[in-house]
Amino acid sequence: MLDATRKSLPHTPGVGYKAQHFNDIMADAGPVGWLEIHAENYMGMGGRPLAQLRHLSEKFPFSVHGVGLSIGGEGRLDADHLARLKTLCDWLNPASFSEHLAWSTHDSAFLNDLLPLPYTQATVKRVADHIDEVQSTLGRQMLLENPSSYLAFAESDMSETDFLAEIAARTGCGLLLDVNNVFVSATNLGYSPQEYIDAYPLDHVGEIHLGGHDEDEDETGAPLLIDSHGAHVVDPVWALLGYTLAKSGPKPLLIEWDTDVPEWAVLVEETKRAETALALT
Amino acid sequence: MSKTTTTLALAASVATAIAGLSTAAHAQSNEKCYGISLAGENDCAAGPGTTCAGTSTVDYQGNAWTFVPAGTCETTMIDGMDGVERMGSLEELDRDMAG
Amino acid sequence: MITTQTQFRTALLDPSSPPPDGLRNPDGVQATKRFDVYRNNVAVSLTDALETAFPVVNKLVGTDFFRAMAGVYLRAHPPTSPVMMFYGSDMPDFLAAFAPAQSVPYLPDVARLELALRHSYHAADATPMAPDALGQIAPDTLPNVTFTFAPSVHLIASKYPLHSIWWANTHGGEVSKSAQPTLITRPEFDPAVDALTPQQAAVLAALIAGDPLGAALRHGGADFDLGTLLGLLLSRNALISIQT
Repeated sequence: MLDATRKSLPHTPGVGYKAQHFNDIMADAGPVGWLEIHAENYMGMGGRPLAQLRHLSEKFPFSVHGVGLSIGGEGRLDADHLARLKTLCDWLNPASFSEHLAWSTHDSAFLNDLLPLPYTQATVKRVADHIDEVQSTLGRQMLLENPSSYLAFAESDMSETDFLAEIAARTGCGLLLDVNNVFVSATNLGYSPQEYIDAYPLDHVGEIHLGGHDEDEDETGAPLLIDSHGAHVVDPVWALLGYTLAKSGPKPLLIEWDTDVPEWAVLVEETKRAETALALT
Repeated sequence: MSKTTTTLALAASVATAIAGLSTAAHAQSNEKCYGISLAGENDCAAGPGTTCAGTSTVDYQGNAWTFVPAGTCETTMIDGMDGVERMGSLEELDRDMAG
Repeated sequence: MITTQTQFRTALLDPSSPPPDGLRNPDGVQATKRFDVYRNNVAVSLTDALETAFPVVNKLVGTDFFRAMAGVYLRAHPPTSPVMMFYGSDMPDFLAAFAPAQSVPYLPDVARLELALRHSYHAADATPMAPDALGQIAPDTLPNVTFTFAPSVHLIASKYPLHSIWWANTHGGEVSKSAQPTLITRPEFDPAVDALTPQQAAVLAALIAGDPLGAALRHGGADFDLGTLLGLLLSRNALISIQT
């Protein structure tokens, strides 16, 4: 076990860690106070990826962010994958573990995308059972992240915020609030992002995500935003972050940039903006 | 070859192998942690939106497949049986076929 | 109206089938183009993953061919694990049977090499054995020793000049005219790729299988140069222990 002392993420900006930034981060991390990794990229047996984490974990608290557990899947959780997550968390001892409200595996095929769920009591029960299993297997609380939505299910009979509140109440899990996802989903499905935040159970938030999105449109010409994580956070999302922090108080803020990853200096500029937003709360 | 000569040859080979090594220590330093990282990783970003390729497939067993290998293999012609390189030289091919 | 994940998955991978019922645009109309966002995410992310995993296969056949071929592959062999770093393990066998690729018969070996590189990169760390340990073995015991190899070591058999095909497409240079089985090791964090002679590969395969040194050498033929092979293995940190 690398670090048994850190219990929670600091209320500072963090970034999604990319291996090409290792030297920059070790030399001067700027305002970056913690790092988040995608769990699945550290499920090899050794080599450079794990060696980098050994060095970085001496300087930074970590958040382990799973992208492949398929918590919303109709089938059972993948026991092998859960065991890999436990191995990683037991070794790295991160300050936080989080996963997505989504599914990605069906009939043993992993589809490498965060696929959407209908918001019904049947889904609540399935997701809650899976989160219970994750938390008892890992021996730690997890955070559940709200998705970016591109369409709605006819069968949904509850709001996403009611859904998340019920999951948190049933399982004791925390929530990872992705403010960009709120903006993307609200734009795509035609509701107010501020009203979403008003209805969201902010008391359960353990971390906030910020990222960039792309702009597209559907067959009617309606705006369709894509959660690309390949651009700067846009001004309306910064504004929504300010609106959220004013109600929630300071939280650990993560900048996610996964595609067309820029130079470290560009991420530092983005985290300075996050630092400013935190200073205003 | 007698057992003794085999043993002597082995010992000499071992000595040669060891003598050829540099004595530099292999420490796992910070600098070595940085380097080319193999990508092909998991992430939680969404792809190209509505404008691109996932909405069509090509059936290679039907008539729809129109692609031919057209990269550097065009200058890396290799006979399937003996591993001998051919650079598209008809003369060389003719010679082999005549032989 | 219930939309099952079986329906969702089937339509994701089969563009000729309509989007599942029960998916809606914000105006309540059945979703079509919005469902394509997910179709594209799946197909393009898996295609990109394969392109990243097999850069030399891609270079050899060209990107147009590769991406079309990947579209066939990902539907026949979607990932069976969420750990994407090892996606593509069926690629060598797939390429061997893929009719449009038959004009490039060495492609499956190149794919095997590229898969082995990824496995080597992520293999467990291992402390190499001290070269002295080998020198301290009594000469008459040497034929009986066996070796334990680092988990990052892979030997790719090939009747093609595999190493130089790979090298020419990553570093440049000419393609050899001889068969080149290829050794992959990881001296530190970066895999190393070395050409072997068929005789070296035969001896090494026996050693990896656990044969004693004396028995393994019989696969090398007369005048086999063991010193060169041992020197390579030691310099690449490929050996982690020796048993007498």
